[in-house]
Amino acid sequence: MNRDYRTVREIVGPLVLLDGAQDIKYGELVELRTISGMRHGQVLEVSGGTVLVQVFEGSSGMDLGQTVTRFLGHGLQFGVSRDIVGRVFNGLGAPIDGVAPILPEKVLDINGDPMNPYARDYPDEFIETGISAIDGLNTLVRGQKLPIFSGSGLPHAEIAAQIARQARVLSGTDEFAVVFGAMGITFEEADYFISDFRKSGAINQSVLFMNLANDPVIERIATPRFALSAAEYLAFELGMHVLVILSDMTNYCEALREISAARKEVPGRRGYPGYLYTDLATIYERAGRIKGKKGSITQLPILTMPEDDKTHPIPDLTGYITEGQIFLSRSLHQAGIYPPIDVLPSLSRLKDKGIGMGKTREDHAGLLNELFAAYARGRDARELAIVLGESALTETDRTFVKFSDQFERRFVRQGRDEDRSIEQTLSIGWELLSMLPLQELKRVSPAMVEKYMPKQTA
Amino acid sequence: MTHGEIVKVAGPLVVAKALTNPQMYELVRVGTAKLFGEIIELRGEMASIQVYEETSGVGPGEPVVQTGSLLTVELGPGLITSIYDGIQRPLDAIRAQYGDFIPRGVALPALPRDRRWHFVPSVKVGDAVVEGDIIGSVQETRAVLHQIMVPRGLAGQVVSISEHDLTVEESVAVLRTDSGEEKAVTMIQRWPVRNGRPYTRRMAPDAPLVTGQRVIDTLFPVAKGGTACVPGPFGSGKTVIQHQLAKWANADIIVYVGCGERGNEMTDVLQEFPQLKDPKTGEVLMNRTVLIANTSNMPVAAREASVFTGITIAEYFRDMGYSVALMADSTSRWAEAMREISGRLEEMPGEEGYPAYLASRVAAFYERAGRSMSLGSQPREGSLSVIGAVSPPGGDMSEPVVQATLRAVKVFWALDSRLAYARHFPAIDWLQSYSLYSNLLERFYEKELGERWSRDILEVRALLQKEAELQELVRLVGVDALSVADRLVLESAKSIREDFLQQGAFTEGDSYTSLRKQLKMLDAIMLWSHLAGKAASSGIPLDAILTMPIKVEIARSKAIPETNIAAFDTLEKSIERSFEALSEVDTTAREEYHE
Repeated sequence: MNRDYRTVREIVGPLVLLDGAQDIKYGELVELRTISGMRHGQVLEVSGGTVLVQVFEGSSGMDLGQTVTRFLGHGLQFGVSRDIVGRVFNGLGAPIDGVAPILPEKVLDINGDPMNPYARDYPDEFIETGISAIDGLNTLVRGQKLPIFSGSGLPHAEIAAQIARQARVLSGTDEFAVVFGAMGITFEEADYFISDFRKSGAINQSVLFMNLANDPVIERIATPRFALSAAEYLAFELGMHVLVILSDMTNYCEALREISAARKEVPGRRGYPGYLYTDLATIYERAGRIKGKKGSITQLPILTMPEDDKTHPIPDLTGYITEGQIFLSRSLHQAGIYPPIDVLPSLSRLKDKGIGMGKTREDHAGLLNELFAAYARGRDARELAIVLGESALTETDRTFVKFSDQFERRFVRQGRDEDRSIEQTLSIGWELLSMLPLQELKRVSPAMVEKYMPKQTA
Repeated sequence: MTHGEIVKVAGPLVVAKALTNPQMYELVRVGTAKLFGEIIELRGEMASIQVYEETSGVGPGEPVVQTGSLLTVELGPGLITSIYDGIQRPLDAIRAQYGDFIPRGVALPALPRDRRWHFVPSVKVGDAVVEGDIIGSVQETRAVLHQIMVPRGLAGQVVSISEHDLTVEESVAVLRTDSGEEKAVTMIQRWPVRNGRPYTRRMAPDAPLVTGQRVIDTLFPVAKGGTACVPGPFGSGKTVIQHQLAKWANADIIVYVGCGERGNEMTDVLQEFPQLKDPKTGEVLMNRTVLIANTSNMPVAAREASVFTGITIAEYFRDMGYSVALMADSTSRWAEAMREISGRLEEMPGEEGYPAYLASRVAAFYERAGRSMSLGSQPREGSLSVIGAVSPPGGDMSEPVVQATLRAVKVFWALDSRLAYARHFPAIDWLQSYSLYSNLLERFYEKELGERWSRDILEVRALLQKEAELQELVRLVGVDALSVADRLVLESAKSIREDFLQQGAFTEGDSYTSLRKQLKMLDAIMLWSHLAGKAASSGIPLDAILTMPIKVEIARSKAIPETNIAAFDTLEKSIERSFEALSEVDTTAREEYHE
């Protein structure tokens, strides 16, 4: 039962208010036929016959008298089948690659239902990314959501593409897929990903959702939900291991703020709505594994921190929801270190259950803690040396400064195509530790030192 | 069933008209999908309802069915080892029936109806009982004896009672009230979550909640019946601390509320607790635990209710005479849920958009903690400790939720991101944190552990304070400018930080430390510190003291097993011996020098 109305009363920003509508449901999808073409919207509030609609494509060129709104009786949906793999869609799930439309096997509500916490399986399968700073110190596991906290001008796209290219699980040859959701990024950045996927052959195993910088802003609110609905279908119905890359979450949050401002809601910090946390959670929490199901969803959202400020609401709230973060550092980048991952504020919360005997290697946990502590101490000492001069440091502290320099140069830094195995990563770690006096190593057990530390050549 | 009609839907807020005598906080079922909701505002014939589930697809004209009762929880055998959502729907049963994702409008009973419990009476026919009296018990799990109490408002003479295998809905006893009526008592009780359960009187706490976490038990203890908060930026280890307390705290019952946090964290608890054993009783930890999981992607209004659901269950066990500890992770998400609902009600906002009643709600919640005597003719002493995590935006401790919480709680464990970056865990900042129970608990410690405990801790505090001052100085002039005594302060403080305060939550043998072992560890560090001071003043060079090999053994004393506390006596002896050796070598060295 489709219903048409020509009763638009107000247009404010991306919001349209109309009267006299009957039997309207909250969240319903709306088509708006305007003098400048067809648009889409969604019901944000319904009060008696008065309906507030958010228009995905924005309201420019719309007028009050001639706009015809049609209520479709359902929310935003995405028709899926196995054939979505290898296809390109726009931000609202319509194919844009010029190939035939999808014949859906199943139609999904893009908001999904929350995963039952009781049904979750704890993510503990190590993913080898081939990047030492991640594998060694901030280990990624299947079903984790690990964002990259970046800034403008930093090589987050390269790192995400390198992870997508190299990621593998040590055991098994299960089917994998990459789902890429572009939100408001430039054509060049999106093209970088696509051509990288093409080069590595991953393009045949990927589903792309493109909302570029010049595409409708409000559409971005739906884009990640389309991407994740596709991912859930591939993972939990078809049993694939899905890596979801979402870029850039900052643009998504700005779109959300735009709607909130247009609705004249009470703003929270920096004008972002008070429900930003809840809203982000409905995206990030769609990662995970389910007991008894083969597939998994691993999320790698990218966000650029305005002014590199991690207390900004977007990185802050993201950090509270995700299971850690990969932090990119401008000073490492300027020192010519790729990948410029600052390991100290980076964190993988799920690493403890993904490493060790049978997963990576028995010495991993101790080595990782020792490297962290030693690098932190070296950095502190280096700062002190800047203030007081190197001569003010003790002999031991000078060793730690040397250690932290070498750590950045040999452990963190690696080539854009360099794919290090976990054994290689760990043995670089041990080589670095051998620079330090033995009695300072409190976090590695003597047995591990005996077994893995390279012997000093006399 | 009476019902009204929806006039407005805006996210989780629905406005309905034509309800029959609606009450504030009455539970209603909204729309044809029968979503759960609660009335939170009444204006003329309009009632505002906060809906606990996603409202997509709901529209004006649909019915709202009244239940006539407030939001209540079911209390009775079957609570322990369960996992519920914010309004006490059993997530395990929902999965069994509806699959891996939670559909809307699901209504399942919180307590299993088909399970039979072996009821053992503790009163006889003819006995007079009043509300709160225990009339019998059920062995719910191996760790928990579930006491069956006379529900609120009921008193009389026992007409019949017997030992039986019964379901929660069957009558376990019949009472004849004063008016001559006969009333059946079942094992199930219902209680509205927003009202605290009554007790006869409150007492000040007098015993610590021993957590096995060294920095907490020594420097910032929390009492049984006390309140504590753990604020910290993300990644500073709030959840790990909450998990550690849920695992190792010496409470009889643990209620863990995952309020707006990560789904995988609840999975972690669900998978880990059935494997872990209580260090005291040897019982599986899950056998004393109730879980409430309303993760961040589950509906926001149910998140608001989840802390009340949790604390009501906790109070029920307190009334049986147990010591109960409730962990709420995180109360900030609860406050944000309040803010979201308040915003949709278009209330005048207070600070940062939070409602003006934020502070009073927070205080009222923590005030439900305490040590108290139950109702009944033979009151039982029980306690309820509440530990809330707070997640301040950007780690900013001046934000409203932290500030409101600090006014309500007695213990403050401040988490510091700098400590977390240096992998010093638990990242509790020893300079900022405080506990107002330290003095209250002194007598307990003296009785249990002797006076060394308090003396050691006093010294530890002084050393850490002094270290902070000296660090400032070092930053200006370098470490070489310090006197020998000050260098030794730095060294002792470093040993306290690294060898005592740092504790590996994931390291077997280190995750839990008994009070006795904590004392022994401190004793060893303090012994070294004293002897080092003496040695230095007798002229032994600083370098010789700082490079003593015995320090490695002190550092490794974390790994001494609980069953081998005697090893500490050996350690103390070898510390003394190594100082003796040092002064012998050095006496000769000094003499050579003087000649």
